[in-house]
Amino acid sequence: MPLVGDVQERRGPPGAAVDKATADAYWRKTSGLMWTMLIIWLLAGFVVHAFAPSLNEIHFIGFPLGFYMAAQGSLIIFVVMLFWFAKRQNAIDEEFGVEEE
Amino acid sequence: MSDTPAGKSQGGDFLSNLGKIYGWYTGGFAGFVIFLAILEQIGVPNRIIGYLFVFLTIGVYALIGYLSRTAQVSEYYVAGRRVPAFYNGMATGSDWMSAASFIGMAGTLYLLGYDGLAFVLGWTGGYVLVAILLAPYLRKFGAYTVPDFLGARYGGNLARLCGVVVLMSASFTYVVAQIFGTGIIASRFLGISFEVAVFVGLAGILVCSMLGGMRAVTWTQVAQYIILIIAYLIPVVLLSAKVTGVPVPQLMYGQALEQIETLIATKPALEGARSHITPFTTYDPLNYFGLIFCLMVGTASLPHILMRYFTTPSVRDARQSVAWSLFFIFLLYFTAPAYAAFAKLEVFTNVIGTPISQLPAWVGIWSDIGLVRIADANSDGILQFREFTINADAIVLATPEIAGLPYVIAGLVAAGGLAAALSTADGLLLAIANALSHDIYYRMIDPNANAKRRLIVARILLICVAIVAAWVASTRPAGILAMVAWAFSIAASGLFPALVMGVWWKRTTSAGAICGMIAGYGVCLFYLIGTQYYAMPLWFGVRNISCGLFGIPAAFLVTYVVSLMTQAPSQSMQDFIDSIRTPRGGVRLVEGERALD
Repeated sequence: MPLVGDVQERRGPPGAAVDKATADAYWRKTSGLMWTMLIIWLLAGFVVHAFAPSLNEIHFIGFPLGFYMAAQGSLIIFVVMLFWFAKRQNAIDEEFGVEEE
Repeated sequence: MSDTPAGKSQGGDFLSNLGKIYGWYTGGFAGFVIFLAILEQIGVPNRIIGYLFVFLTIGVYALIGYLSRTAQVSEYYVAGRRVPAFYNGMATGSDWMSAASFIGMAGTLYLLGYDGLAFVLGWTGGYVLVAILLAPYLRKFGAYTVPDFLGARYGGNLARLCGVVVLMSASFTYVVAQIFGTGIIASRFLGISFEVAVFVGLAGILVCSMLGGMRAVTWTQVAQYIILIIAYLIPVVLLSAKVTGVPVPQLMYGQALEQIETLIATKPALEGARSHITPFTTYDPLNYFGLIFCLMVGTASLPHILMRYFTTPSVRDARQSVAWSLFFIFLLYFTAPAYAAFAKLEVFTNVIGTPISQLPAWVGIWSDIGLVRIADANSDGILQFREFTINADAIVLATPEIAGLPYVIAGLVAAGGLAAALSTADGLLLAIANALSHDIYYRMIDPNANAKRRLIVARILLICVAIVAAWVASTRPAGILAMVAWAFSIAASGLFPALVMGVWWKRTTSAGAICGMIAGYGVCLFYLIGTQYYAMPLWFGVRNISCGLFGIPAAFLVTYVVSLMTQAPSQSMQDFIDSIRTPRGGVRLVEGERALD
């Protein structure tokens, strides 16, 4: 007895939802987005803070910039990049016709 | 099913009216705070106000827990997969932010200055990894627990068992610390002994989670998020308005930072104080970045966080939901440095260099209970920087008094801290108990158990784990509290490579993943235990809080090498991976694996 709505979905059509060529192209583009995000993450999470001592010489809305980046700047970048990622990945899904029905 | 009416009403009325319901709830809470403020003005004793705060908020959580009771397996484990992205984001926020974030974080920033920001960065940036590498794919697979995915991807119970072992090691110490935190807050505001307070907290946690599992925990966590964020923002907004005239602490504390630096340079009594903004005064760059890395990867591996994304209606919602989660967490984390800066400015201006007989009133209140210590070492009657110590926990708790706010605000902060500790404890307990009931009992011991039996076992195990955790917490284990920070490195080393490579590298084999998990977990524990208890010398000077710096690469490397040495996964396994990579269509399970039911 199926207890859950999504049991049917999981047992859904055994055949592929999309053909192989589309799936591969979709995955290439998805991986590309993943690497882009990972590079931004690396820059905002690590690289920029390696320059904190020199950035602290610059002042930004009353803060030393090095401190500001670690306390707020990188966090804002993370939040914005995640909303952008969700939007971008949804667009890729639709482009290849693999979004959820 | 016995609760079909409740199930239906949640599916229909409840979900479409979420905004209205939580809007009324927030308004009701604001009214409650105002009511208590009036009570205080007409002379009701502080003790009564503390009681009302603690019992009324726990009572509301219990009510939500009771209304969300369920007898359906999928409701119990994944809230029926109907939680909208926005609300799941709020629930994740309170699931994530523990007593340590709420009370401890600002204090750590006060003590460490710039270097403390490693925690702010590490505990937010990890969500980027969750969103891009894991959450959408785990959601598509449709697991009930994290070890469930490992069992399906790596063909069987050995991988599942490894996952459960890592999950238990990372989550148990963490939940003990949350119950400990609950006990501290409850005992301070109720004036009861710590041991009794621990069990009061335990009751609060159990009523939220036992009857309704994930469904109850979800809707309670949303309620707890609302209280904790209000409680965190109000005191510092009022303090900022008092000190700078502008009620936006996050923008205004830049001025406070500058004044702190000027004071350190010019005030003789502050001799020995370190700059608040200069990087790398406590951690060298290797340890600073190593800590950020371990906290980020650990965030992306903690099962109680990952399982929150199993509850969204779709893959699309799972992605959106990670973004909302980080937004709600960001609201607290970008405020924490403001607490630290304003508190430090107050201490450096009005406490240090002041004759000890004329210290502000709040110093006396907090030194009475031992969170502030004053010792006039040179007997000149004037407080020097070196003669003053303040416990990290006192920063957030004392801010209402520093700002000269009424007691009702202190009660509000306590209610917020309690919400933070309870919500995290709920999520952790559920993660542990679900791994035991679903992965160990149902998948490994009795695969034929029916739904009713599985839910009974799940609830019994939940109570058992909760009682053991509360008992450990009531013994005040100093060691366990130090071990909480280790949970991140343990989870990161044991789970992250197996999860990420399972989705992103089709060639990963079962043998590779299992060896990788054992290697990562082993290296991490070896380094932790060796350096902590057997005086093993540090490798490259890396502190053991960042032991994931060795465990994570070890796990990736072993998984990679062993996978290449063993036979490539079967075609049906590759099809399975393809099917979790694409949002559309069903999940093609490997032969021999059973669909989830």
